Amino acid sequence: MFLRTALLVLRKDFAIEIKSYEIFATTLFFAVGCVLVFAFALVKEGQAPPDSAAAILWIALLFAGTLALGRTFERERYGETIRALLLAPAPRPAIYVGKLLGILCLLGLTEVLLVPLIALLFAAPLLARLTLLLPLLVCGTVGFAAVGTLFAAMLMRARTRDVMLPILLYPMTIPVIIAGVRGTSALLASPPDEPTAIMWLTILLCFDVVFVTLSLWTFEPLMTE
Amino acid sequence: MKKMFIPLAVLTAAMFAYAPVAIANAPYESTMLLIQKIFYFHVPAWMAMYAGIAVCGIASGIYLFKGRPAADRLAVAAAELIVLFGAIGLVTGPLWGRKAWGVWWQWDARLTMALLLELVFIAYLLVRAYGGPGSDKLAAAVGIFGMAVSPFVYVSVNIWRTVHPLNTVVPTLKAGMFGPFWFCAMAFLLLFTLLLTLRMNLAEEQAMLDDLYLADEE
Amino acid sequence: MTNRLFTVVGLVLLSAQVFAFQAPSGQTPTPAGQAPPGQSEFVPVDQLPPSEQLPAAPLLVAAYAFAWLAVFFYVWTVWRRLNKVEADMRVFERRHGQGREGASGVNRTNPR
Repeated sequence: MFLRTALLVLRKDFAIEIKSYEIFATTLFFAVGCVLVFAFALVKEGQAPPDSAAAILWIALLFAGTLALGRTFERERYGETIRALLLAPAPRPAIYVGKLLGILCLLGLTEVLLVPLIALLFAAPLLARLTLLLPLLVCGTVGFAAVGTLFAAMLMRARTRDVMLPILLYPMTIPVIIAGVRGTSALLASPPDEPTAIMWLTILLCFDVVFVTLSLWTFEPLMTE
Repeated sequence: MKKMFIPLAVLTAAMFAYAPVAIANAPYESTMLLIQKIFYFHVPAWMAMYAGIAVCGIASGIYLFKGRPAADRLAVAAAELIVLFGAIGLVTGPLWGRKAWGVWWQWDARLTMALLLELVFIAYLLVRAYGGPGSDKLAAAVGIFGMAVSPFVYVSVNIWRTVHPLNTVVPTLKAGMFGPFWFCAMAFLLLFTLLLTLRMNLAEEQAMLDDLYLADEE
Repeated sequence: MTNRLFTVVGLVLLSAQVFAFQAPSGQTPTPAGQAPPGQSEFVPVDQLPPSEQLPAAPLLVAAYAFAWLAVFFYVWTVWRRLNKVEADMRVFERRHGQGREGASGVNRTNPR
């Protein structure tokens, strides 16, 4: 029942998105634009400062993710479908999981584009380190999206929701950013510093477990009128 | 809680009146000399801040899951105090660091952690002020998450940077410094409790006023 | 009126901070390794001579001063809000005492 509801919510979002690809295309292009802004800001004489590839990857993800979260829930708010979702005879945390999966898919596709792009623009051997980079990206994205989905959902009714989301989200997800960037940097070092990357990965995993649980737990009382 | 206010205020005032004496009589630290004396206010301010984080997180949890309005008032009072004591720590820290390290800010682990937690609870107060209707529940979620993220902030920032005096400083304090430090720590925790009581009183009065207005409109 | 008071106190605090930051930086030590012209080698020194060191006292005083000022500032804001709530309550009770004549024009101020 729980998983079925979550997958139904995911399918609904997917079906709406397929019609126009609006959120997908714009988020993707925004992420690319972000990377370019950083490139022009940081590259000097054709060289970016060391470790900047890792930093830019996670910052672009952070910014693109914040926008994507805002717009996904804006769509729900605009269509006033959130009330229908909440009235459905389904466990509320399942709705949260469904939305979370949707955001994860979106950010995952963004990463599929961003990683090769950054590897190309900054001459960073990201693609060669995929065995550890993938788990890092997955865990980091899950951590960010878990907290982000909850906050975006609960801010839907607030007047200042657009700016409140980053204000709330960024301090809360700094551990994810630190772990992600440091872990990716460790992987980009030559030779790749795998023990360090694995240590940061463990921290990310713990963060994910704690915050997905906490979000599932608090979603219900937060979404009651 | 209201009845304890006057004795608590007297005790706290007395402790803070004696504190400068205790601090002045404490021995100098061998390498940092005079500037190390900021330690007697700096670390107790952090202790009060962490006490506040615990109180705010737990009270937010009680409010979100049990719905008790007193818990909400406690949470907002604690959040304001977190911001206050955090600010004290974040200003005294760089002042100490300017002399001890030569620079105002060095992305040292403890100060960065405190800055992050301070930002989280400033966000709490912003949500309460600008979140619109139902912002008390939103803020409660921020409070709970803020408390939950503290260990992660601790671990990640610690591994990221450490120039600060290590954890072992406080447990190994020698006799002359031990007394004044724990005296100041107690004084700050009492101050925290006192200010919490004061702010709770304000929150209760505001709630009473709200109830009066609501009753009047019927 | 209270907004102006707020601004004044804020400015005082800010200038106290600026003053605290100014005092030590006026005596920033010059880099210890700067060689006077014509020196053939560098001579390392363990500690900066007292004339070049940052004085600690202004920083210490600024730190304690800020701690006290911050606490008093907070107490003052709580006291101010408490006064406002009590004034509202007195207005309310007075209106009630008049037999609900002015009840419809009650001004709902934001208690925050």
